[in-house]
Amino acid sequence: MYNEKVIEVFRNPKNVGEIENADGVGTVGNASCGDIMQISLKIENDIIVDAKFKTFGCTAAIATSSTATEMVKGMTIEEALKLTNKRVVEELGGLPSQKLHCSVLAEEAIKKAIEDYLAKKNA
Amino acid sequence: MVKTPIYFDHAATTPLCKEALEKMTPYFSEIFGNPNSQHVFGRESVKAVDEARDTIAKIINCKPNELYFTSGGTESDNWAFRGIAEAYSNKGKHLIISPLEHAAMLSTAKALVKEGFEVDYMKVDSEGFIDLEHLKTLIRPDTIFIGCMLANNEVGTIEPIKEMAKIAKEHGIISFTDAVQAAGVIKTDVKELGVDLMSMSSHKIYGPKGCGALYVRNGIKINNLINGGHQERMKRGGTTNVPAIVGFAEAFKIAEREREENFKYVSALRDKFINRVINEVPYVKLNGPRENRLPANADFSFEYIEGESILFSLDLAGIAVSSGSACSSGSLEPSHVLLALGLPEALAHGSIRFSFGKHNTEEEIDYAVDVLRDSVKKLREMSPLFKVEGEIKYV
Repeated sequence: MYNEKVIEVFRNPKNVGEIENADGVGTVGNASCGDIMQISLKIENDIIVDAKFKTFGCTAAIATSSTATEMVKGMTIEEALKLTNKRVVEELGGLPSQKLHCSVLAEEAIKKAIEDYLAKKNA
Repeated sequence: MVKTPIYFDHAATTPLCKEALEKMTPYFSEIFGNPNSQHVFGRESVKAVDEARDTIAKIINCKPNELYFTSGGTESDNWAFRGIAEAYSNKGKHLIISPLEHAAMLSTAKALVKEGFEVDYMKVDSEGFIDLEHLKTLIRPDTIFIGCMLANNEVGTIEPIKEMAKIAKEHGIISFTDAVQAAGVIKTDVKELGVDLMSMSSHKIYGPKGCGALYVRNGIKINNLINGGHQERMKRGGTTNVPAIVGFAEAFKIAEREREENFKYVSALRDKFINRVINEVPYVKLNGPRENRLPANADFSFEYIEGESILFSLDLAGIAVSSGSACSSGSLEPSHVLLALGLPEALAHGSIRFSFGKHNTEEEIDYAVDVLRDSVKKLREMSPLFKVEGEIKYV
């Protein structure tokens, strides 16, 4: 079952929403699998200054979305690209083993949002 | 203020009723004899099991020697399906079931296919009713088994089993129904239904867990599933679970006595719940029919959100329900029942089953709707699908 930290984050998730005129947006997953995560980033001088999420998914997916967006704020894009789902799960104090796959989306969504930012920047 | 936690998961299991508990209690340590023993201890246990068998036989309108006690619904289903397939395989190897069956049947079907049997599935409509015309087209000279649930555990559809059994009989095919959700809730008279075999379970009707029964009409051959000693007229090995059988019969007796009253009470709660949810929660779909539905069952799909997170939100507010989403079941696939009804996968992932019981109250229903409305709203605000699909208005 979920630990206290996960429950608390699920009850009061941070960074819910979308950033207007975001510098990078990443959406991963699909509805038929029961998981979609969208992360939008505000980036200044290659530093993530704001991050928000919208997630269609289970408790674990929502909790990891909130935690991952909290963690990347203040990171450089190089640091954020190195953020693994393992670290997000550690920050949450662990997830039930059958829920670990739900945490992968957060890592992927952040990577995709940064790629989107870099693509726009280099365009 | 309503007292929590509130239990809305009676299709999963029910609490043991006091009467059954009292009736069972002496059979753990006072009257502990093995019914197979020849002495006075054994005879006392035999008497208890015989009485239990008579009680249930009377309720389902069969002879006591047509009733076998098992470890529960799963064993009864496995035994009926495999036992008939094996016993009649010289006549044919074609079996027909519905796609809405419990895993106990679907897993057995897969195993039987590997062993050389062929399984066809009846079509079902969007409310979960089996298509009897389609069933007729599936029947072949080598068909030996037709089976379907009497009532579905997820969406509550009460199937036309009498008509199905009639079709089977006209073709000389053995018919089976899984009455795990139905026995003790709706009338389950095997003569009236016309089936040759019927599975039943104890713990869905306020009896103890780990006990069930299989009705096998006299004249039907069935291979053993569990081989052992002389128990159950040599058809089902294993030391007889005397206290559970005694409890099962007592619970079934009470369920039958209260059946019409409970049906009325629980379906009124259920209808109030369904009507409030439909009126107050936008973008919701009731799965299963409005009529010919189990009195306790309300199953909804909530668009744009995922079932496990709804389940957990309700759990945090002290409301216990179940979900057809993959994330709740531990599998990667959402409910096979909802997919068979034609629901898109996203909607199947967003499903919640509420199953009410005789101890639930109107206050609990009202509280649950309030919590549900707020939880759904909060989760939708987090959902990326929401924006894409347009604005949602709340009452």
